[in-house]
Amino acid sequence: MPRNDYFLSGHGACPGCGVAIAVKNIMRVLGSETTVYVPASCLIVFSALYPTSAFKVPFFFTAFENTGAVITGIKAAHRRRGVQGNVVGFAGDGGTFDIGLQALSGAADRGEDVLYVCVDNEAYMNTGIQRSGATPFGAWTTTSPIGKRIQGNRRMKKDIMDVVIAHNPSYAATLSIAHFNDFIKKVDKAKKKKGFRFLHVLTPCVPGWKIESSRTVEIARLAVETGMWTLYEYEDGEARSTYRPQEMRPVTEYLQLQGRFRHMNNEDLNNLQRYLCNKWYYHYGHDIEQPVCRIYKGEKELHFDGDPLHGV
Amino acid sequence: MVMKVLSADHAVAWAVRRAKAEVIPAFPITPQTLIMELLAEFIADGEMDADLITAESEHSVMSIAVGASAGGVRTFTATASQGLALMHEMLYAAPQNRLPVVMVNVNRSLGAAAGIWVEHNDSMPERESGWLQVYVEDGQEALDMVLQAYRIAEDERVLLPIMVCLDGFILSHTVERVEVPEQEDVDAFLPRFKPAFALDPEDPSTINAIVPPEYAMEMRYQLDRTVERSKMVIKEVDEEFKERFGRGHGGLIDTYKMDDADHALICLGTATSTARAIVDELRSQGRKAGLIKLRFMRPFPHEELREVCSGLRAVGVFDRSIGFNRYGPVFTEVSSSLSGQGLKVTDHIGGLGGRDITLRDMRDIYAIIGSDAEGKEVKRVNWHGLRGVQT
Ligand SMILES: Cc1ncc(C[n+]2csc(CCOP(=O)(O)OP(=O)(O)O)c2C)c(N)n1
Ligand code: SF4
Repeated sequence: MPRNDYFLSGHGACPGCGVAIAVKNIMRVLGSETTVYVPASCLIVFSALYPTSAFKVPFFFTAFENTGAVITGIKAAHRRRGVQGNVVGFAGDGGTFDIGLQALSGAADRGEDVLYVCVDNEAYMNTGIQRSGATPFGAWTTTSPIGKRIQGNRRMKKDIMDVVIAHNPSYAATLSIAHFNDFIKKVDKAKKKKGFRFLHVLTPCVPGWKIESSRTVEIARLAVETGMWTLYEYEDGEARSTYRPQEMRPVTEYLQLQGRFRHMNNEDLNNLQRYLCNKWYYHYGHDIEQPVCRIYKGEKELHFDGDPLHGV
Repeated sequence: MVMKVLSADHAVAWAVRRAKAEVIPAFPITPQTLIMELLAEFIADGEMDADLITAESEHSVMSIAVGASAGGVRTFTATASQGLALMHEMLYAAPQNRLPVVMVNVNRSLGAAAGIWVEHNDSMPERESGWLQVYVEDGQEALDMVLQAYRIAEDERVLLPIMVCLDGFILSHTVERVEVPEQEDVDAFLPRFKPAFALDPEDPSTINAIVPPEYAMEMRYQLDRTVERSKMVIKEVDEEFKERFGRGHGGLIDTYKMDDADHALICLGTATSTARAIVDELRSQGRKAGLIKLRFMRPFPHEELREVCSGLRAVGVFDRSIGFNRYGPVFTEVSSSLSGQGLKVTDHIGGLGGRDITLRDMRDIYAIIGSDAEGKEVKRVNWHGLRGVQT
């Protein structure tokens, strides 16, 4: 792992921010010959507040929904001027799944030689935790509140990787900040390839997920162990899982550490678990012995575990 | 020098080719499409070395243009109407980041009462975006202004984007004799783009951080002063262009028979040609009519306008756009510019949604301004060419 930092400490992210951890480490692998674009998101606010900047490489920002397009423009200029290195965009899930989807699709469709990184904290965090297309089923956000009639987000998380893969990119991969060797290998691959490359990183968010700041990495690991997050890559027209947990852990192990799921009832938990079982077969179906999935019927609901951060 | 028979859209494409723009993001919209189609042909035939990037929307077009310009290359794009409106958010990125993008907007009506025909209600709302804005009258001026636009935009005293506005269909699709200058003459006038700054790992810099209130206002002030300063550069560039190519366009404003005029009309774009015919007619009748062609809406030529209007007894403003329940935007600007002069100003609205501006309309306009000059009672705001009765 290269030790040089191009995303410097002293930025203004919340302690334990998954986005900061992801970006710092991706930048270590990408190195100095990298030009960075960041759209409106937590990252722009905590990394580039005039007169300071946390990026030690050329850095640009303009708007929210245009990451795929701006990096296209920068890359075109660099190609014409013979400037070396990668042009990378770090967009949030809102800036990728929702408002930025069109520009993402445009760039992927044209096969632009750029690296698009989605740092996915599963909601619009910079504007104060609103639901996005990446918000998982059941999760509380300020626009999917816990009401008397409706509790939390009612849609399953959009599968953005499938959407990107449908464009036949030169490389696409999911990353976890808790699976570090896998993380580095994938960033390194993405760095070296040509054409459109997409990295999707799950980046836990302390206030948005209502978690303890020391548990970011642990929660990222549990996401993989429970099937909430799957590690795989798409290359040469084929998808391949890069890490498979020994066994499928019940999703409640992941959910109970996060205040945003505290209210979930049995029916919702079972729905989510059932969905995850299908997803598990979808991703690992080629090499699993049945059965790996257990649906928890009638067991205890998620309860407040006494941690003051959970559910405040 | 080569004479060609070209539409203004194709004249623009020739100018872009001669200017050697390197990155050209494109998205189709009538009546702009002819520009990008011809540029695509130039590139496909190997006659021009540039990247034409077919984007998925105008928002992305302007995002690509801004990215490419920040990356340090000469950038061109074109749009119209709904496309310009979709770019609105991204327009602001270019001036505030001092990126000299050149864009042609082929004026076309916007929104309901939908249509593809000329109107200035698409570009007028963008005059507060920080872009410089010039309106042209014919194909030759369109070609020349694209060349001049790069010189103005890329001047280190300016470094601002420019929107060259041309009237849809009346110019975009009408062919005329246009002189296409030789490549070496254009190269001498417009050397290769040397960016003042660029995104480059060899010399890293942060462009466009979030700016807190302690600093943001100073940035706005600098931009305001720069738009003002561009006036000087616009004049210089037009003079140099005239020396090299034998024709100038007047810089900020151009005048016709203003030396001894006692009343005049202020006009933009192609309506100017119609007005010129009426001025000739009135002059043959011994009337002292004049014409002021307002070329730039930004920077707005306040002093120049006050100077040419001094001594007039009445002036009219022609607006091919309307601020609803108010005046046309050109009238608003001119009135604020001329306030305190004691000059009578009337607003004349016409040509909306592509309605023809006829010689008769123009005659009516001059008749009202003439009456105003003679001290007769006239309406301040007049719509011309309306069917039915005006109340
Ligand atoms: C066109 C537009 N709409 C809305 C906003 C307001 N806005 C700024 S950041 C943001 C949320 C970003 O969410 P996401 O992309 O998920 O990134 P995060 O902050 O969660 O890292 C929003 C809605 C904006 N800047 N531009
Ligand atoms: S709100 Fe969340 S994503 Fe934003 S800085 Fe804090 S931890 Fe990071």
